[in-house]
Amino acid sequence: MRYRIEDWLPRHAMTAALAALLAVVFALPLIAETAPQDVAFDETGAIAAPLGDMPGDPREGARIYGDKESGNCVACHQISGRTDTEFQGTIGPALDGVGDRWEEAQLRGIVADAKRTFPESMMPGFYKSTGYIRPGDEFTGKAGTEPLPPLLTAQQVEDVVAYLATLKE
Amino acid sequence: MSSIRMKTCAMTAAVAALFLSVPSHAETEPETTDPIVINGGELELPTVAPAPAHLEGVFDQIYSGWLFRDAATQAMQMDDFENPGMIFVDQGIDDWNTVEGKAGKSCASCHEDIESMKGVRAAMPKVNEAGDLWSMEDYINDCRTSRMQAEALEWDSDRMKNLTAAISVQSRGMPMDVAIDGLAEPYWEQGREMYYTRYGQLELACANCHEGHYGDWIRADHLSQGMTNGFPVYRLKQAALVSQHNRFRGCIRDTRGETFDMGSDEFRALELYVASRGNGLPVEGVSVRH
Repeated sequence: MRYRIEDWLPRHAMTAALAALLAVVFALPLIAETAPQDVAFDETGAIAAPLGDMPGDPREGARIYGDKESGNCVACHQISGRTDTEFQGTIGPALDGVGDRWEEAQLRGIVADAKRTFPESMMPGFYKSTGYIRPGDEFTGKAGTEPLPPLLTAQQVEDVVAYLATLKE
Repeated sequence: MSSIRMKTCAMTAAVAALFLSVPSHAETEPETTDPIVINGGELELPTVAPAPAHLEGVFDQIYSGWLFRDAATQAMQMDDFENPGMIFVDQGIDDWNTVEGKAGKSCASCHEDIESMKGVRAAMPKVNEAGDLWSMEDYINDCRTSRMQAEALEWDSDRMKNLTAAISVQSRGMPMDVAIDGLAEPYWEQGREMYYTRYGQLELACANCHEGHYGDWIRADHLSQGMTNGFPVYRLKQAALVSQHNRFRGCIRDTRGETFDMGSDEFRALELYVASRGNGLPVEGVSVRH
């Protein structure tokens, strides 16, 4: 006697099961990182959990720090001894020794959205996608639609945080 | 006992760290405030003035953007033959005297010599007879369409910029003095609100750079107080005259924001508010910036 699966499982249940399976398969790469709107900041503005599964790469973080097209942290901050970047900005504080002064969780929170740590900070939120006034479509001057892609990816934030953590006096 | 001491030390260190790491709000005053000496002494334009009353508690002194530029750029503005903007002033004066439109008139037909425009730039933008805030571009286009019966010029067209430059130069040296009370007040309030609004994905207000951080550097760019008394400017980066609304548009675009249109009511209001922050500084138009 042949049993067909339809005989003991209603069709809609099968569809649902298939959908659930597909969702798991397709969501796998996404489960590995926390979306900007799902990031949990604590009351000090820190983010305890890494934003992704991959540990941050400090060398890549150092590159992003000086890269005009991604982090461009150097536009506002200074780090002594960085010989690869001319004309370091003076808007934000010098970052020498930040790895001593801050826990990794706080550094992660400051990079992701500094205003959660310093409400008056001028620093943009690098892992944020909603809540803007007249959000634009990158640098076109035209309207953008929220959620905007964050300025850095989850992995890039982790890389920058890993780099900052190496800055010890 | 020793554990308490250690705790105290740790707390002291934590407090010290907090103070050391609070984002700076540096306002770095210019090293010198020399006047801009034009054509070897023909005209001297002060680069510093007491801040207007409405900026009490914000600024003590207001500074020309000229002080924040490099020596080569400064020098270009000190000689009308070196100032690339003056070529466009000459073109604007030619346009002033050119008959156009169905009425067979030029600007000069009614206003005679362009010197009659002395003082106009220092009071712009200004509320018109109907109670609307108008920029110089609006007054020019009103004359063109109603009196000359000619076509209006595009806000950012070369001809419009040439004319605003030619008219601005007539007021060179006169202190900026835009009205902010009476009918102008609601526009001024709107512009003030905009000045402190953090636009775009970078969440930057005009005030973040030009009030909180003038004198600081964003990379190799030296931040000024964002005064508009030098407009229209000849901007080396664009190798062209640049209008105030064009510059506003560029700044909001650079916040990764949705900008406003040149000639919009929003930019007229912002133009008034920013101009009022510079009340007391001399009209420099046409200045040279990079």
